[in-house]
Amino acid sequence: MLEIKNLHARIAEDGTEIIRGLNLTVKPGEIAAIMGPNGSGKSTLSYILSGREDYEVTEGDITYNGESILELDPAERASKGIFLAFQYPVEIPGVATMQFLKVAMDQQRKARGEEELTTPDFMRRVKEAADGLKIDQAMLRRPLNVGFSGGEKKRAEILQMALLEPTLCVLDETDSGLDIDALKIVADGVNALRSPDRAVIVITHYQRLLDYIVPDTVHVLYKGQIIRSGDKELAQELEANGYADVIGTAA
Amino acid sequence: MNIQANQPASRLTAAETALVEAFAAQIGELPGDGAVTGTRDRLLDDLKKAGLPTRRIESWHYTDLKNLFRSVPERVTGGAGDSVDALVKGSKVLAVLQGEADASASIDDVTVTAYRDQLADGSAVKGLTALDKDDAIGRLNGSFVRDGLALAVAANAEIEAPIELQALHGAGQIHTRFPVSFGAGSKATIVERHLAVTEDAALVSSVSDIALEDGADITWIILQQQGPMDTHLGQIRVTLGAESKLRLYVVNAGGKLVRQELRIEVQGEGAELTLRGVNLLGGDSHTDVTLVLGHNVPHTNSTETFRNVVFDKASGVFQGMIKVAPDAQKTDAKMACNTLLMSDDADFSVKPELEIFADDVICGHGATVADTDRNHLFYLMARGVPENKARAMLVNAFVAEIVEELEEENLVEALEDVISTWLEKHA
Repeated sequence: MLEIKNLHARIAEDGTEIIRGLNLTVKPGEIAAIMGPNGSGKSTLSYILSGREDYEVTEGDITYNGESILELDPAERASKGIFLAFQYPVEIPGVATMQFLKVAMDQQRKARGEEELTTPDFMRRVKEAADGLKIDQAMLRRPLNVGFSGGEKKRAEILQMALLEPTLCVLDETDSGLDIDALKIVADGVNALRSPDRAVIVITHYQRLLDYIVPDTVHVLYKGQIIRSGDKELAQELEANGYADVIGTAA
Repeated sequence: MNIQANQPASRLTAAETALVEAFAAQIGELPGDGAVTGTRDRLLDDLKKAGLPTRRIESWHYTDLKNLFRSVPERVTGGAGDSVDALVKGSKVLAVLQGEADASASIDDVTVTAYRDQLADGSAVKGLTALDKDDAIGRLNGSFVRDGLALAVAANAEIEAPIELQALHGAGQIHTRFPVSFGAGSKATIVERHLAVTEDAALVSSVSDIALEDGADITWIILQQQGPMDTHLGQIRVTLGAESKLRLYVVNAGGKLVRQELRIEVQGEGAELTLRGVNLLGGDSHTDVTLVLGHNVPHTNSTETFRNVVFDKASGVFQGMIKVAPDAQKTDAKMACNTLLMSDDADFSVKPELEIFADDVICGHGATVADTDRNHLFYLMARGVPENKARAMLVNAFVAEIVEELEEENLVEALEDVISTWLEKHA
């Protein structure tokens, strides 16, 4: 489903190379965890997957369902089914949350040649998804993410994910800033979306989230490369011994 | 020896000559008693002597009216058609069509008078003044004004439905005036709407005299939607009594050459001014908003926020002068002017000025000029919103944010509609 081959990428502005020959394959239905110490390139990878302009791919390729996505802008990638749950969702004053959700859903449907949702159908979907994530309607009446607490922002990201029904979900440090109750709600939201034709990439620093979203594969990212891959036991090993052992072995 | 020395000090431009001639042609026709007529003559004479202001006059530095205002459209009678639907459904519409007021409507607790009657009986004379030696708009309007609407809102009246002063016109010369007094403790919402119904050139001058007596609580919206060839010279004179509250919104979404002067005097303790401005500029238009705000007594607050979006080759100006009088302690004033420049040829000039003579005050100002926020754009695009659509949403949000501060939901909706329609046309 997703194939990253010998990917090299740098920060467009100053040319700093962040991703240095990264290889990764994610299959449909798979939950892949990407772990690594701070500064290893985890967030950069999520931005590159979603097409942020601040990064330049200098070598290698990313294919999604057999097709290179490097030339696609973020909106085109989103309508192909790639979704990034942001580590720090931005507050956008003046853009009403509901209006934003409707536009995003309609634009994606339009790009896929589907009919726009009717307003009642849209409202029903939002309500159902919001209830599951314990998001109250008052929050949805506010401007996008404005004044949301850290936990509310993360739940709002999962709400968008549920509504947009992507085929590849990239969760960037979704556990950061969440207390245990919020973490469970978010994890339940993600698990509810598990399906044989949807893949999830969970980017995290800690193993904690992986107790709730159990991964099929675990990959350690260090200095812009995957230096080790394994199953969920690898995450537990990292939790117990820290990254030093794995990094030491690879170096 | 300078050959120019023998020329008259202010040689009239074609536009200035046309104004003088237009005045001469209307002598005997303009309403007014002896006092009004004398005042008109004096104002025109001053206008003729001083000429239209140039960039050498400080308050007109960024809007060289002599140079920008080149020709005066012929006077036309009629051509405005009928009044149109109110901006906000359920409003009481008082129309001024092609400069001629219809004062026949009755509104409980509001006395509505055609301004031409106040000119005819001379009661208008005290308002027919220039505010200072550079007040070209006061002079022009005072010389030529024919009609308008004078409203007096009774003390403690609560006027539920918005009152829309609907100034509609086609081509020609339109000079109107809106003196409105709000009695102590009264509450009301006024929409002052200037709307061109044709695309042919018009010269519009409009002066609003807004007086809030103690404790009045008023929302006043100015919506300027002139045509692409029109000159709109507006002046809004405001006095605020003790404990009064005014939310004044100025939305510019039209015109070719626009100047909106806001002359506000905060006269009573505890008064509160919320001034908001939206400038949507496109084409090769020039729009100038000039504020002179006096905090004249202790314990008064004001906030001034302007949001400007500039497309194409349009240019904009915001001059904001806040004066705090020597004994106006505890004044709290915050001014901000934020601009989005949407093209390389667009420009916007900002000149904030603070003149503070009291020592215990909080006064601040800030200005930003930017393109749309990249992080915001990326976020929207990452959700599948195409770039042009995402940009439009953000521009809309940038201005909608201050409109949403209004409590009246129907007003917010109506203004947001004006804004998004304008943006769809220009973006």
